[in-house]
Amino acid sequence: MVRRKLVLRFPASAVENPFVYTLAKEYNVVANILKANINPRKEGRLVVELYAEEKDYEAAIDFLQSRGVTILPLAQQIVWVEENCTQCGACTGICPTGALWIKRPEMTVSFDGEKCIVCEHCLKACPARAVEARYLSGE
Amino acid sequence: MAQIRSITDINEKIQKGEAVVVTAEEVISLVEEYGAEETARRVDVVTTGTFGPMCSSGAFLNLGHPTPRMRMSKVYLNGVNAYGGIAAVDVFLGATEIPDTDPANQNYPGSFNYGGAHVIEDLVAGKQVFLEASSYGTDCYPRQKLEAWIKLEDINEAYLFNPRNCYQNYNVAVNLSDRTIYTYMGILKPRLGNANYCSAGQLSPLLNDPLYRTVGVGTKLFLGGDIGYVSWYGTQHNPCGARGENDVPRTPAGTLALIGDLKKMKSKWLRGVSYLGYGVTLQVGVGLPIPVLDVDVLRHAAVKDGDIVAQVVDYSESYPQGIGGSLGEVTYAQLKSGSITVQGKEIPTAPLSSYPKAKEIAETLKQWIIAGDFTLTEPVASLPSADSGKKSKPLKASK
Repeated sequence: MVRRKLVLRFPASAVENPFVYTLAKEYNVVANILKANINPRKEGRLVVELYAEEKDYEAAIDFLQSRGVTILPLAQQIVWVEENCTQCGACTGICPTGALWIKRPEMTVSFDGEKCIVCEHCLKACPARAVEARYLSGE
Repeated sequence: MAQIRSITDINEKIQKGEAVVVTAEEVISLVEEYGAEETARRVDVVTTGTFGPMCSSGAFLNLGHPTPRMRMSKVYLNGVNAYGGIAAVDVFLGATEIPDTDPANQNYPGSFNYGGAHVIEDLVAGKQVFLEASSYGTDCYPRQKLEAWIKLEDINEAYLFNPRNCYQNYNVAVNLSDRTIYTYMGILKPRLGNANYCSAGQLSPLLNDPLYRTVGVGTKLFLGGDIGYVSWYGTQHNPCGARGENDVPRTPAGTLALIGDLKKMKSKWLRGVSYLGYGVTLQVGVGLPIPVLDVDVLRHAAVKDGDIVAQVVDYSESYPQGIGGSLGEVTYAQLKSGSITVQGKEIPTAPLSSYPKAKEIAETLKQWIIAGDFTLTEPVASLPSADSGKKSKPLKASK
Protein backbone atom coordinates (compact mmCIF):
# COMPACT_ATOMS: atom_id res chain seq x y z
CA MET A 1 0.00 0.00 0.00
CA VAL A 2 1.07 3.56 -0.72
CA ARG A 3 0.29 6.55 1.47
CA ARG A 4 1.29 9.95 0.12
CA LYS A 5 0.52 13.53 1.05
CA LEU A 6 0.22 15.73 -2.03
CA VAL A 7 -0.78 19.20 -3.13
CA LEU A 8 -3.06 19.01 -6.19
CA ARG A 9 -3.49 22.10 -8.32
CA PHE A 10 -6.53 22.13 -10.57
CA PRO A 11 -6.75 24.39 -13.61
CA ALA A 12 -9.86 26.58 -13.65
CA SER A 13 -11.24 24.45 -16.49
CA ALA A 14 -11.11 21.25 -14.43
CA VAL A 15 -12.11 22.52 -11.03
CA GLU A 16 -15.74 21.50 -11.27
CA ASN A 17 -15.03 17.82 -12.00
CA PRO A 18 -15.68 15.35 -9.15
CA PHE A 19 -12.09 14.08 -8.83
CA VAL A 20 -12.32 12.63 -5.33
CA TYR A 21 -15.35 10.57 -6.32
CA THR A 22 -13.54 9.26 -9.41
CA LEU A 23 -10.43 8.40 -7.37
CA ALA A 24 -12.52 6.29 -5.01
CA LYS A 25 -14.87 4.68 -7.51
CA GLU A 26 -12.59 4.02 -10.47
CA TYR A 27 -9.18 3.67 -8.83
CA ASN A 28 -9.89 2.39 -5.28
CA VAL A 29 -7.95 5.31 -3.87
CA VAL A 30 -8.80 6.65 -0.43
CA ALA A 31 -8.46 10.42 -0.60
CA ASN A 32 -8.29 12.13 2.78
CA ILE A 33 -8.73 15.85 2.19
CA LEU A 34 -6.53 17.87 4.54
CA LYS A 35 -7.23 21.29 3.11
CA ALA A 36 -9.21 22.49 0.13
CA ASN A 37 -9.52 25.79 -1.68
CA ILE A 38 -11.95 25.26 -4.54
CA ASN A 39 -13.98 28.00 -6.18
CA PRO A 40 -16.04 27.87 -9.37
CA ARG A 41 -14.07 28.85 -12.48
CA LYS A 42 -10.89 29.56 -10.54
CA GLU A 43 -7.72 27.56 -10.09
CA GLY A 44 -8.26 25.17 -7.18
CA ARG A 45 -5.94 23.60 -4.68
CA LEU A 46 -6.34 20.47 -2.63
CA VAL A 47 -4.02 19.18 0.05
CA VAL A 48 -4.75 15.51 0.19
CA GLU A 49 -3.45 12.23 1.54
CA LEU A 50 -3.88 9.37 -0.95
CA TYR A 51 -3.93 5.79 0.28
CA ALA A 52 -4.08 2.92 -2.23
CA GLU A 53 -2.45 -0.18 -3.72
CA GLU A 54 0.69 0.80 -5.61
CA LYS A 55 -0.74 0.09 -9.09
CA ASP A 56 -4.05 1.81 -8.32
CA TYR A 57 -2.13 4.80 -6.98
CA GLU A 58 -0.06 5.08 -10.14
CA ALA A 59 -3.12 4.75 -12.39
CA ALA A 60 -4.84 7.46 -10.35
CA ILE A 61 -1.88 9.81 -10.69
CA ASP A 62 -1.85 9.21 -14.48
CA PHE A 63 -5.58 9.97 -14.57
CA LEU A 64 -5.15 13.24 -12.63
CA GLN A 65 -2.25 14.39 -14.79
CA SER A 66 -4.18 13.55 -17.96
CA ARG A 67 -6.86 15.96 -16.77
CA GLY A 68 -4.40 18.79 -16.29
CA VAL A 69 -3.96 18.48 -12.53
CA THR A 70 -0.51 19.50 -11.30
CA ILE A 71 0.76 17.22 -8.56
CA LEU A 72 3.28 18.44 -6.04
CA PRO A 73 4.74 16.57 -3.10
CA LEU A 74 3.73 17.89 0.29
CA ALA A 75 6.81 18.59 2.33
CA GLN A 76 6.86 20.63 5.55
CA GLN A 77 3.60 22.41 5.01
CA ILE A 78 3.13 23.30 8.66
CA VAL A 79 5.78 25.72 9.73
CA TRP A 80 6.65 26.11 13.37
CA VAL A 81 8.02 29.64 13.78
CA GLU A 82 10.39 29.03 16.64
CA GLU A 83 11.12 32.70 17.35
CA ASN A 84 7.40 33.34 17.94
CA CYS A 85 6.99 30.26 20.14
CA THR A 86 6.69 31.08 23.85
CA GLN A 87 7.59 27.49 24.72
CA CYS A 88 4.40 26.96 26.69
CA GLY A 89 3.45 23.53 25.37
CA ALA A 90 -0.31 24.03 24.81
CA CYS A 91 -0.01 22.67 21.23
CA THR A 92 1.41 19.37 22.41
CA GLY A 93 -1.82 18.33 24.07
CA ILE A 94 -3.72 18.87 20.83
CA CYS A 95 -1.30 17.53 18.18
CA PRO A 96 -2.62 14.03 17.39
CA THR A 97 0.65 12.58 16.08
CA GLY A 98 3.26 13.98 18.44
CA ALA A 99 4.76 16.14 15.68
CA LEU A 100 4.67 19.00 18.17
CA TRP A 101 6.25 17.45 21.23
CA ILE A 102 8.02 18.23 24.48
CA LYS A 103 11.60 17.20 25.02
CA ARG A 104 12.02 16.01 28.58
CA PRO A 105 13.32 16.85 31.13
CA GLU A 106 14.09 20.27 29.57
CA MET A 107 10.37 20.71 28.73
CA THR A 108 11.21 22.49 25.47
CA VAL A 109 8.74 22.41 22.59
CA SER A 110 9.95 20.96 19.29
CA PHE A 111 8.41 20.23 15.90
CA ASP A 112 9.01 17.08 13.86
CA GLY A 113 7.70 17.72 10.34
CA GLU A 114 7.95 14.00 9.47
CA LYS A 115 5.15 13.19 11.88
CA CYS A 116 2.89 16.09 10.85
CA ILE A 117 -0.32 15.18 9.04
CA VAL A 118 -1.31 18.83 8.38
CA CYS A 119 -4.51 18.51 10.43
CA GLU A 120 -3.96 22.17 11.39
CA HIS A 121 -5.33 21.74 14.91
CA CYS A 122 -2.21 23.48 16.18
CA LEU A 123 -2.86 26.68 14.25
CA LYS A 124 -5.44 27.91 16.71
CA ALA A 125 -4.40 25.80 19.68
CA CYS A 126 -1.15 27.76 19.77
CA PRO A 127 -1.83 30.81 21.97
CA ALA A 128 1.12 32.70 20.49
CA ARG A 129 0.13 31.83 16.89
CA ALA A 130 3.62 30.47 16.30
CA VAL A 131 2.45 27.75 13.89
CA GLU A 132 1.63 28.63 10.29
CA ALA A 133 0.29 26.66 7.37
CA ARG A 134 2.20 27.25 4.16
CA TYR A 135 1.34 25.52 0.93
CA LEU A 136 4.34 26.44 -1.13
CA SER A 137 5.75 23.05 -1.98
CA GLY A 138 7.44 22.78 -5.34
CA GLU A 139 6.16 26.17 -6.48
CA MET B 1 14.46 29.46 63.81
CA ALA B 2 17.92 30.99 64.09
CA GLN B 3 18.60 33.63 61.50
CA ILE B 4 21.66 32.97 59.35
CA ARG B 5 21.77 36.34 57.61
CA SER B 6 19.70 39.48 57.09
CA ILE B 7 18.75 41.16 53.83
CA THR B 8 21.27 43.88 54.68
CA ASP B 9 23.99 41.19 54.97
CA ILE B 10 22.95 39.79 51.58
CA ASN B 11 23.00 43.21 49.92
CA GLU B 12 26.48 43.87 51.28
CA LYS B 13 27.64 40.61 49.71
CA ILE B 14 25.89 41.47 46.42
CA GLN B 15 27.66 44.80 46.31
CA LYS B 16 31.01 43.15 46.98
CA GLY B 17 30.28 40.61 44.25
CA GLU B 18 30.39 37.81 46.79
CA ALA B 19 26.76 36.69 46.98
CA VAL B 20 26.07 33.04 46.29
CA VAL B 21 22.96 32.81 44.11
CA VAL B 22 21.33 29.67 42.73
CA THR B 23 18.03 29.01 40.96
CA ALA B 24 15.15 27.15 42.59
CA GLU B 25 16.03 24.21 40.35
CA GLU B 26 19.73 24.19 41.22
CA VAL B 27 19.06 24.41 44.96
CA ILE B 28 17.27 21.04 44.86
CA SER B 29 20.41 19.08 44.00
CA LEU B 30 22.47 21.14 46.45
CA VAL B 31 20.14 20.14 49.29
CA GLU B 32 20.26 16.52 48.15
CA GLU B 33 24.06 16.62 48.22
CA TYR B 34 24.85 18.78 51.25
CA GLY B 35 21.61 18.80 53.25
CA ALA B 36 19.40 21.79 54.03
CA GLU B 37 21.50 23.25 56.87
CA GLU B 38 24.79 23.23 54.99
CA THR B 39 23.11 24.59 51.81
CA ALA B 40 21.44 27.36 53.83
CA ARG B 41 24.85 28.39 55.17
CA ARG B 42 26.34 28.47 51.66
CA VAL B 43 23.54 30.01 49.58
CA ASP B 44 22.44 33.64 50.02
CA VAL B 45 19.66 33.90 47.43
CA VAL B 46 17.44 31.46 45.53
CA THR B 47 15.88 32.80 42.32
CA THR B 48 12.55 31.63 40.93
CA GLY B 49 10.71 32.24 37.66
CA THR B 50 7.44 31.81 35.84
CA PHE B 51 6.20 32.66 32.35
CA GLY B 52 2.53 31.95 31.95
CA PRO B 53 -0.81 33.43 30.95
CA MET B 54 -1.89 35.98 33.59
CA CYS B 55 -5.25 37.45 32.63
CA SER B 56 -5.42 39.96 35.44
CA SER B 57 -2.82 42.23 33.92
CA GLY B 58 -2.88 45.63 32.30
CA ALA B 59 -1.22 48.99 32.00
CA PHE B 60 -1.93 52.50 33.19
CA LEU B 61 -1.05 55.02 30.49
CA ASN B 62 -0.92 58.79 30.54
CA LEU B 63 -1.38 59.75 26.92
CA GLY B 64 -0.46 63.44 27.26
CA HIS B 65 -2.59 66.52 26.70
CA PRO B 66 -3.42 67.60 23.14
CA THR B 67 -4.35 71.18 22.21
CA PRO B 68 -7.04 72.09 22.76
CA ARG B 69 -7.19 69.95 25.89
CA MET B 70 -9.39 66.85 26.06
CA ARG B 71 -10.83 64.64 28.80
CA MET B 72 -10.70 61.38 26.76
CA SER B 73 -13.72 59.50 28.13
CA LYS B 74 -13.66 56.75 25.52
CA VAL B 75 -10.28 55.63 24.31
CA TYR B 76 -9.33 52.96 21.77
CA LEU B 77 -5.83 51.70 21.04
CA ASN B 78 -5.67 49.67 17.82
CA GLY B 79 -9.42 49.29 18.21
CA VAL B 80 -9.19 47.95 21.76
CA ASN B 81 -11.00 49.92 24.45
CA ALA B 82 -8.86 51.32 27.26
CA TYR B 83 -10.81 52.41 30.35
CA GLY B 84 -10.90 56.19 30.59
CA GLY B 85 -13.10 56.66 33.63
CA ILE B 86 -10.27 58.26 35.59
CA ALA B 87 -8.53 61.63 35.19
CA ALA B 88 -8.15 63.28 31.80
CA VAL B 89 -5.79 61.44 29.43
CA ASP B 90 -5.19 58.62 31.94
CA VAL B 91 -6.40 55.19 30.86
CA PHE B 92 -6.15 51.58 31.98
CA LEU B 93 -5.57 49.11 29.18
CA GLY B 94 -6.67 45.66 30.30
CA ALA B 95 -4.99 42.55 28.89
CA THR B 96 -8.20 40.64 28.10
CA GLU B 97 -10.09 43.48 26.41
CA ILE B 98 -11.06 42.70 22.81
CA PRO B 99 -12.11 45.09 20.01
CA ASP B 100 -15.85 45.92 19.94
CA THR B 101 -15.84 44.49 16.41
CA ASP B 102 -14.47 41.09 17.44
CA PRO B 103 -17.23 38.51 16.92
CA ALA B 104 -16.05 36.77 20.11
CA ASN B 105 -17.80 33.43 20.46
CA GLN B 106 -20.60 34.24 18.02
CA ASN B 107 -18.51 32.20 15.62
CA TYR B 108 -17.75 29.49 18.17
CA PRO B 109 -15.03 28.82 19.06
CA GLY B 110 -13.81 32.38 18.57
CA SER B 111 -10.20 33.01 17.56
CA PHE B 112 -9.57 36.17 19.60
CA ASN B 113 -6.57 37.06 17.49
CA TYR B 114 -5.99 40.52 18.96
CA GLY B 115 -6.72 42.30 22.22
CA GLY B 116 -5.37 44.46 25.02
CA ALA B 117 -2.48 42.10 25.70
CA HIS B 118 -1.37 42.36 22.07
CA VAL B 119 -1.56 46.18 22.28
CA ILE B 120 0.71 46.02 25.34
CA GLU B 121 3.13 43.73 23.50
CA ASP B 122 3.09 46.02 20.43
CA LEU B 123 3.72 49.12 22.54
CA VAL B 124 6.59 47.44 24.36
CA ALA B 125 8.02 46.27 21.02
CA GLY B 126 8.15 49.94 19.98
CA LYS B 127 5.40 49.64 17.36
CA GLN B 128 3.05 52.46 16.41
CA VAL B 129 -0.44 52.11 17.84
CA PHE B 130 -3.53 53.95 16.58
CA LEU B 131 -5.24 56.05 19.24
CA GLU B 132 -8.89 57.12 18.88
CA ALA B 133 -10.42 59.14 21.67
CA SER B 134 -13.77 60.81 22.18
CA SER B 135 -15.26 62.76 25.03
CA TYR B 136 -17.91 65.18 26.10
CA GLY B 137 -16.50 68.68 26.13
CA THR B 138 -16.08 70.85 29.20
CA ASP B 139 -14.95 74.42 29.70
CA CYS B 140 -11.54 73.13 30.74
CA TYR B 141 -11.41 70.23 28.28
CA PRO B 142 -13.16 71.43 25.10
CA ARG B 143 -11.86 68.91 22.58
CA GLN B 144 -14.28 66.08 21.75
CA LYS B 145 -12.50 63.91 19.20
CA LEU B 146 -8.95 62.89 18.48
CA GLU B 147 -7.01 60.43 16.32
CA ALA B 148 -3.25 59.91 16.49
CA TRP B 149 -0.50 57.37 15.93
CA ILE B 150 1.45 56.93 19.13
CA LYS B 151 4.43 54.97 20.40
CA LEU B 152 5.37 53.98 23.93
CA GLU B 153 8.10 56.62 23.91
CA ASP B 154 5.43 59.30 23.18
CA ILE B 155 3.44 58.40 26.28
CA ASN B 156 4.27 60.28 29.46
CA GLU B 157 3.89 57.46 31.96
CA ALA B 158 3.24 53.82 31.21
CA TYR B 159 3.30 51.26 33.96
CA LEU B 160 2.19 47.71 34.09
CA PHE B 161 -0.18 47.16 36.99
CA ASN B 162 -1.33 43.57 37.29
CA PRO B 163 -3.92 42.95 40.01
CA ARG B 164 -3.50 39.16 40.06
CA ASN B 165 -0.30 37.44 38.97
CA CYS B 166 1.86 34.52 40.02
CA TYR B 167 -0.88 32.17 41.19
CA GLN B 168 0.54 29.94 43.87
CA ASN B 169 -0.40 26.58 42.35
CA TYR B 170 -3.33 25.97 40.00
CA ASN B 171 -5.85 23.39 38.90
CA VAL B 172 -5.18 20.66 36.37
CA ALA B 173 -8.02 20.99 33.85
CA VAL B 174 -9.79 18.03 32.26
CA ASN B 175 -13.07 17.51 30.44
CA LEU B 176 -15.52 14.76 31.46
CA SER B 177 -18.16 15.70 28.88
CA ASP B 178 -18.73 14.28 25.40
CA ARG B 179 -17.67 17.37 23.46
CA THR B 180 -14.49 19.40 23.10
CA ILE B 181 -14.49 22.48 25.31
CA TYR B 182 -12.50 25.70 24.96
CA THR B 183 -11.36 27.24 28.22
CA TYR B 184 -8.80 29.57 29.73
CA MET B 185 -7.01 26.30 30.46
CA GLY B 186 -6.78 25.59 26.74
CA ILE B 187 -8.59 23.12 24.51
CA LEU B 188 -9.88 20.14 26.45
CA LYS B 189 -10.84 17.05 24.50
CA PRO B 190 -13.90 15.04 25.52
CA ARG B 191 -13.97 12.08 27.86
CA LEU B 192 -10.69 12.88 29.62
CA GLY B 193 -8.88 13.31 26.29
CA ASN B 194 -6.14 15.48 27.75
CA ALA B 195 -5.14 17.40 30.86
CA ASN B 196 -3.67 20.91 30.92
CA TYR B 197 -1.78 22.42 33.84
CA CYS B 198 -0.37 25.88 34.43
CA SER B 199 2.48 26.35 36.86
CA ALA B 200 6.26 26.32 36.76
CA GLY B 201 6.09 23.94 39.77
CA GLN B 202 9.44 23.82 41.55
CA LEU B 203 10.52 27.09 39.88
CA SER B 204 7.30 29.00 40.55
CA PRO B 205 7.77 32.08 42.80
CA LEU B 206 5.16 31.54 45.51
CA LEU B 207 5.59 27.75 45.63
CA ASN B 208 9.14 28.45 46.81
CA ASP B 209 8.06 30.81 49.58
CA PRO B 210 4.80 29.09 50.47
CA LEU B 211 4.06 31.06 53.67
CA TYR B 212 5.23 34.42 52.22
CA ARG B 213 8.05 34.62 54.77
CA THR B 214 10.27 36.78 52.55
CA VAL B 215 7.93 38.20 49.89
CA GLY B 216 5.73 41.12 50.87
CA VAL B 217 4.50 44.53 49.80
CA GLY B 218 7.40 46.38 48.19
CA THR B 219 9.44 43.31 47.24
CA LYS B 220 11.55 44.01 44.15
CA LEU B 221 11.44 41.33 41.46
CA PHE B 222 11.86 40.53 37.75
CA LEU B 223 8.78 41.69 35.85
CA GLY B 224 8.44 41.63 32.08
CA GLY B 225 12.19 41.70 31.51
CA ASP B 226 12.95 44.52 33.92
CA ILE B 227 12.45 45.43 37.56
CA GLY B 228 9.02 45.36 39.13
CA TYR B 229 7.58 45.43 42.63
CA VAL B 230 4.92 43.69 44.66
CA SER B 231 2.34 46.41 45.21
CA TRP B 232 -0.14 44.39 47.28
CA TYR B 233 -1.43 40.87 47.66
CA GLY B 234 -3.22 39.90 44.49
CA THR B 235 -6.96 39.61 44.01
CA GLN B 236 -8.34 36.23 45.09
CA HIS B 237 -5.29 35.82 47.36
CA ASN B 238 -6.43 32.80 49.32
CA PRO B 239 -3.75 31.70 51.75
CA CYS B 240 -5.89 29.59 54.09
CA GLY B 241 -6.66 26.58 51.90
CA ALA B 242 -5.32 23.05 52.33
CA ARG B 243 -1.55 22.71 52.52
CA GLY B 244 0.86 19.80 52.58
CA GLU B 245 3.30 19.01 55.39
CA ASN B 246 5.85 21.08 53.44
CA ASP B 247 3.46 24.09 53.78
CA VAL B 248 2.84 24.10 50.00
CA PRO B 249 -0.80 24.78 49.04
CA ARG B 250 -2.62 21.88 47.41
CA THR B 251 -5.07 24.18 45.61
CA PRO B 252 -4.81 27.62 43.96
CA ALA B 253 -3.79 29.90 46.86
CA GLY B 254 -1.73 33.09 47.06
CA THR B 255 -1.45 35.73 44.34
CA LEU B 256 0.53 38.94 43.87
CA ALA B 257 -0.40 42.36 42.54
CA LEU B 258 2.61 43.62 40.59
CA ILE B 259 3.72 46.95 39.25
CA GLY B 260 6.59 48.05 37.03
CA ASP B 261 7.75 50.52 34.38
CA LEU B 262 6.36 49.34 31.02
CA LYS B 263 8.86 51.54 29.17
CA LYS B 264 11.75 49.42 30.40
CA MET B 265 10.15 46.04 29.77
CA LYS B 266 10.77 43.67 26.87
CA SER B 267 8.15 42.22 24.56
CA LYS B 268 9.86 38.84 24.90
CA TRP B 269 8.54 38.71 28.45
CA LEU B 270 5.10 40.27 27.80
CA ARG B 271 3.37 38.35 25.05
CA GLY B 272 -0.21 38.78 23.90
CA VAL B 273 -1.70 35.34 23.44
CA SER B 274 -5.05 33.98 22.19
CA TYR B 275 -6.96 31.10 23.73
CA LEU B 276 -9.36 29.57 21.21
CA GLY B 277 -12.97 29.99 22.32
CA TYR B 278 -11.93 31.86 25.47
CA GLY B 279 -10.16 35.11 24.72
CA VAL B 280 -7.00 37.13 24.90
CA THR B 281 -4.53 37.11 27.76
CA LEU B 282 -1.02 38.30 28.55
CA GLN B 283 1.84 35.91 29.06
CA VAL B 284 3.88 37.55 31.79
CA GLY B 285 7.39 36.76 32.94
CA VAL B 286 8.00 37.10 36.69
CA GLY B 287 10.98 36.13 38.80
CA LEU B 288 11.11 36.44 42.58
CA PRO B 289 14.37 36.40 44.53
CA ILE B 290 14.22 34.60 47.85
CA PRO B 291 16.75 35.68 50.49
CA VAL B 292 17.92 32.68 52.48
CA LEU B 293 17.39 34.13 55.94
CA ASP B 294 17.30 30.79 57.72
CA VAL B 295 17.13 27.03 57.14
CA ASP B 296 13.33 27.04 56.90
CA VAL B 297 13.36 29.56 54.05
CA LEU B 298 15.92 27.39 52.26
CA ARG B 299 13.96 24.19 52.90
CA HIS B 300 10.87 25.80 51.37
CA ALA B 301 12.83 27.12 48.37
CA ALA B 302 14.20 23.65 47.71
CA VAL B 303 10.75 22.15 47.11
CA LYS B 304 10.68 19.82 44.11
CA ASP B 305 8.05 18.89 41.56
CA GLY B 306 7.43 15.50 43.20
CA ASP B 307 6.41 17.26 46.44
CA ILE B 308 3.96 19.75 44.94
CA VAL B 309 0.43 18.50 44.29
CA ALA B 310 -2.41 19.98 42.23
CA GLN B 311 -6.10 19.09 41.97
CA VAL B 312 -7.55 17.59 38.79
CA VAL B 313 -10.73 19.54 38.06
CA ASP B 314 -13.47 18.93 35.49
CA TYR B 315 -13.92 22.07 33.40
CA SER B 316 -17.05 20.81 31.61
CA GLU B 317 -19.32 21.00 34.64
CA SER B 318 -17.67 21.07 38.06
CA TYR B 319 -15.72 24.29 37.44
CA PRO B 320 -18.22 26.34 35.37
CA GLN B 321 -21.14 25.40 37.60
CA GLY B 322 -19.16 26.12 40.75
CA ILE B 323 -19.84 22.63 42.08
CA GLY B 324 -16.28 22.15 43.28
CA GLY B 325 -14.57 18.93 44.08
CA SER B 326 -11.49 17.27 42.73
CA LEU B 327 -11.03 14.18 40.58
CA GLY B 328 -7.79 13.50 42.39
CA GLU B 329 -4.37 14.85 43.23
CA VAL B 330 -1.29 14.64 41.03
CA THR B 331 2.24 15.92 41.49
CA TYR B 332 4.05 18.25 39.11
CA ALA B 333 6.57 15.46 38.54
CA GLN B 334 3.70 13.34 37.20
CA LEU B 335 2.32 16.23 35.17
CA LYS B 336 5.72 16.90 33.61
CA SER B 337 6.20 13.21 32.73
CA GLY B 338 3.62 13.69 29.97
CA SER B 339 0.73 11.63 31.35
CA ILE B 340 -1.36 11.21 34.47
CA THR B 341 -4.01 8.70 35.46
CA VAL B 342 -7.51 10.01 36.18
CA GLN B 343 -10.44 7.72 36.94
CA GLY B 344 -8.27 4.77 35.84
CA LYS B 345 -7.54 6.31 32.46
CA GLU B 346 -4.05 7.36 31.39
CA ILE B 347 -4.29 10.78 29.76
CA PRO B 348 -1.68 13.02 28.13
CA THR B 349 -0.71 16.27 29.88
CA ALA B 350 0.37 19.60 28.43
CA PRO B 351 1.62 22.73 30.18
CA LEU B 352 0.35 26.26 29.52
CA SER B 353 3.13 27.87 31.55
CA SER B 354 6.59 27.58 30.01
CA TYR B 355 9.12 25.72 32.14
CA PRO B 356 12.14 26.55 29.94
CA LYS B 357 11.23 30.25 29.97
CA ALA B 358 10.69 30.13 33.76
CA LYS B 359 14.18 28.70 34.02
CA GLU B 360 15.56 31.46 31.78
CA ILE B 361 13.97 34.09 34.04
CA ALA B 362 15.37 32.49 37.21
CA GLU B 363 18.79 32.34 35.52
CA THR B 364 18.55 35.97 34.32
CA LEU B 365 17.63 37.21 37.79
CA LYS B 366 20.50 35.17 39.23
CA GLN B 367 22.93 36.84 36.80
CA TRP B 368 21.59 40.31 37.66
CA ILE B 369 22.22 39.65 41.36
CA ILE B 370 25.65 38.11 40.79
CA ALA B 371 26.63 41.12 38.66
CA GLY B 372 25.54 43.47 41.47
CA ASP B 373 22.78 45.02 39.35
CA PHE B 374 19.93 43.84 41.54
CA THR B 375 19.77 44.08 45.31
CA LEU B 376 17.10 42.62 47.58
CA THR B 377 14.40 44.53 49.43
CA GLU B 378 12.93 44.26 52.89
CA PRO B 379 9.11 43.99 52.59
CA VAL B 380 7.23 47.12 53.71
CA ALA B 381 4.28 45.02 54.90
CA SER B 382 3.66 41.29 54.95
CA LEU B 383 1.05 39.43 52.89
CA PRO B 384 -1.85 37.66 54.64
CA SER B 385 -0.61 34.12 55.27
CA ALA B 386 -2.04 30.76 56.32
CA ASP B 387 -2.85 32.08 59.82
CA SER B 388 -4.69 35.21 58.58
CA GLY B 389 -8.16 33.69 58.37
CA LYS B 390 -8.62 35.41 54.99
CA LYS B 391 -11.36 33.78 52.93
CA SER B 392 -12.60 34.16 49.35
CA LYS B 393 -16.36 34.62 49.25
CA PRO B 394 -18.61 33.52 46.39
CA LEU B 395 -21.04 36.01 44.89
CA LYS B 396 -24.75 35.40 45.44
CA ALA B 397 -26.70 36.35 42.32
CA SER B 398 -30.11 37.92 42.92
CA LYS B 399 -31.36 36.90 39.50
